[in-house]
Amino acid sequence: MAAKGESLLETRDLTVNFHTYRGEVKALDHVQLSLYPHEVLALVGESGCGKSVTALTILGLLPGNAHVLEGQILYKGEDLLKKSPEQMQEIRAEGIAAIFQDPMTFLNPVLTVGVQLKEAFLVQKHLWTAQTRDKSATGAVDAQIRGFLLEKETEKEGSKRESGRDREKIAEELSKDILKLVRLADPERILTQYPHELSGGMRQRCMIAMALARRPSIIVADEITTALDVTVQAQILTLLKELRDTIDASSILITHDLSVAAETADRIAVMYAGHVVEVASTIELFRKPLHPYTQLLMKCIPDVRKPVTHLESISGTVPDLIDPPTGCRFHPRCPFAMEVCKTTKPVLKDIGNGHLVHCHLF
Amino acid sequence: MPDEILVVKDLKTWFPIKAGLLQKTVGHVRAVDGVDLEVKKGETFGLVGESGSGKTTLGKSVLRLIKPTDGQVYFDSIDVTKATKKELMLLRRRMQIIFQDPYASLDPRQTVGSTLVEPMRLHKLVSTKSEAMKRAKELLLRVGLNEEHLFRFPHEFSGGQRQRIAVARALAVDPDFIILDEPTSFLDVSVQAQVLDLLKQLQKELGLTYVFISHNLSVVQYMSDRVGVMYLGKLVEDAERDVLYKYPEHPYSYFLMEAIPVPDPEYKKVPKLLSGDVPSPVNIPPGCRFNPRCPYATDKCRSGDMPFYTGSGGSYHRVACHYKVDFDSGSEVLRPQMN
Repeated sequence: MAAKGESLLETRDLTVNFHTYRGEVKALDHVQLSLYPHEVLALVGESGCGKSVTALTILGLLPGNAHVLEGQILYKGEDLLKKSPEQMQEIRAEGIAAIFQDPMTFLNPVLTVGVQLKEAFLVQKHLWTAQTRDKSATGAVDAQIRGFLLEKETEKEGSKRESGRDREKIAEELSKDILKLVRLADPERILTQYPHELSGGMRQRCMIAMALARRPSIIVADEITTALDVTVQAQILTLLKELRDTIDASSILITHDLSVAAETADRIAVMYAGHVVEVASTIELFRKPLHPYTQLLMKCIPDVRKPVTHLESISGTVPDLIDPPTGCRFHPRCPFAMEVCKTTKPVLKDIGNGHLVHCHLF
Repeated sequence: MPDEILVVKDLKTWFPIKAGLLQKTVGHVRAVDGVDLEVKKGETFGLVGESGSGKTTLGKSVLRLIKPTDGQVYFDSIDVTKATKKELMLLRRRMQIIFQDPYASLDPRQTVGSTLVEPMRLHKLVSTKSEAMKRAKELLLRVGLNEEHLFRFPHEFSGGQRQRIAVARALAVDPDFIILDEPTSFLDVSVQAQVLDLLKQLQKELGLTYVFISHNLSVVQYMSDRVGVMYLGKLVEDAERDVLYKYPEHPYSYFLMEAIPVPDPEYKKVPKLLSGDVPSPVNIPPGCRFNPRCPYATDKCRSGDMPFYTGSGGSYHRVACHYKVDFDSGSEVLRPQMN
C-alpha cells in the first residue's frame, strides 16, 4: 500500500493560525498529507493535535478567526484555498463530503429524515435536466443509483424535464436506495421519522446517506463513531470499508483511537501538536513505529487480548499551541530528545515504502 | 457477610415520564431495573455497558444521589435506601464518587485548596484551618500534584491534573469506597494511564474498594478484579475479569467483546457484528431484554422472567441466559435450572 501514483487530494505545507484573545494559536504547522484513490486514511492524534482543523481546512469550513498562512490543498489539480465560498460549496457537494461526530447537531430536528434526504437529491440540478445528466456518470457514481436514474429516464422518454411531483417521487426512490446502501433496515419507515425517533447509530447512518447522496469521491469522517457504542461503532466502521469497495469513495477517518484506525484504515497519519509526525501503511506503522511519539502512544493503549499489569503513559502534557515548543514540538516529552531537537524543526523524511517520519533520529 | 462491603438487592430506579396538561405519569424510563450485585472489600468491581444501559444511574442510586424506586443497598450492613439524613451524612463520608468530566465537576470559582477543605469541614474531620490546609497539602502530594497548586483555580489545570484534583477531593473525607464513573473518558490516552495507575496505587495504599464504571472495555479490564456487564438496566453477566474477557457466556457479552477494536492491523478478526441498536428503556422487550438482537434467541427467551444461571467460570460467574451457546458453531444447549 505504498505510494501509488496520483493522489486524489494533497495538502502541502498547510499552516493555520487562530486568533484568540490570548494570542495566536499555531494550530497547524506545515502539514503534508496525501490521500490516494480507493483508500481509507486515518488521521490519529490526541485532542488539540490539529486533526479536526486539518479536516475543516480541507473542507473550507474554518471559523472566522482562523487564517491560513501558507500552503496549498490540491484536489483534481486545483488549489482549494483559492476557491470562492460558492465554489467550495459545490466541491463539498460533489467532491469532498463531510460527516461529523454528533449526528443530532447536523440533522434538522423539525423535519423528517425523508424531507432532508430528498432535498439532497432535489438540489442537484444536473440530475434533473436530461442534457447534463450524462455528465454525472463520471467519477465515483454508485451504479445502483445510476441504473435507477437511467431506468426512470427511459420511462419518461419524450418529456425533457420531470414535473415537480415526479422529481419528488424519484428523489424518494433514490433516498430509499441510498438508505439501503448504508444498510438501514426498513427505509420506508425511516423516511417518515424524525431524527429524535432514531437511535444514534441510525442517525449516523442517515448522515452518511446524506453525504453519499452527492456521490462524493472523498468522505471526511470526523470522529464519527466517538458518540456511539462499541457494537454500533463496529457496524459503522465496517460500512465505511464497504463503501470504499462498493462505490469507490476514499475516506479520511479522523479518530483519537489508534485501535479504530488499526481496524479500518489502509494508511495512518499520526499528528502531534499541529505536526504530522509519521505516515505509513497501517501494517507498517504497527510493525515498525519509528517516531518516539508513535511508539509511546502505542504503549498507552490497552489491548484486550493481552492484558497487562502496567500501562505506559507519556510524561508531561500536550503543549499550549499559543507558545509551542521550538524545534520539534514533541521534544519536551521525548525520551530521545537531543540538542538539535530544541532548535531545528525536523523535516518529514521518506525512509522508503512510503513511510514518512518527522524526526531527527532518522 | 463480613467480606462484602456493598450488597445491592433487586435495585430499581425508574424515572417517570410526564405528559399532558395535568402532567400525568404516562410511563417510566426503567434505567435500572432489578440489579443484584455484591462488591467485596478491597476489590475493584468493573461495570461495563453501552450508553443508556444504566451504569451511571446504578452508581448514583447506590450513593442515593438519586433515590431508587425499589430495592435495597446495604453498605457495611446499613441500608442506604432507608438511611435517615444523619445516617446518610455518615455514609456519604465513607462512600465517594468521582465523575467523568473534570471540567464540570470542579467549582470554577473555588481554589483547589478550598475545594479540598470544604468536605473536611462539612464532615468535621478537622478543627482548625491550619490543620485543614496541612491535610489538603498532603492530599495534593498524594495525587501527584504539589503545594503551590493549592491557591490556583481549576481553569489553570489540564484535564489530567483536574481529574487528580477530583481524586484528592474524594479522598479528603477518608472514604472506604469510591465509585469511579468513567474517570478517564475525558482524558487523552497519553495521560489516561497516569490517572489509572494513580487510582490503583491509592487503592493499594489506602485499602479502598472501587466500583469502576466505563464503556471502555479495555480500561475496565486493566482496572478490575471482577466485571459485570449491563444491558438495558439489568446485569446480564458477572464474573472474574479473566473469565469474562476470555470466556463470556452471555451472547451480549460475547458480541461486546468481539466489537472491541484491537490495536493490531494484522490480527485477523472474523467480523461478528451485532445487528440493531439498544432498544429504548421505556419499551423494554418482554423476556430476555436482549432477545430482539440476539441471533440465538428462541421462543423461551421472548417471554417470562430471566433468572441467573451459574456459569462455567467458578462460583462468582452468573449468566442471565437460558442457553449455553457454543459461539463458534452456534449450537446451543439449555442450561440446568439453578437451585
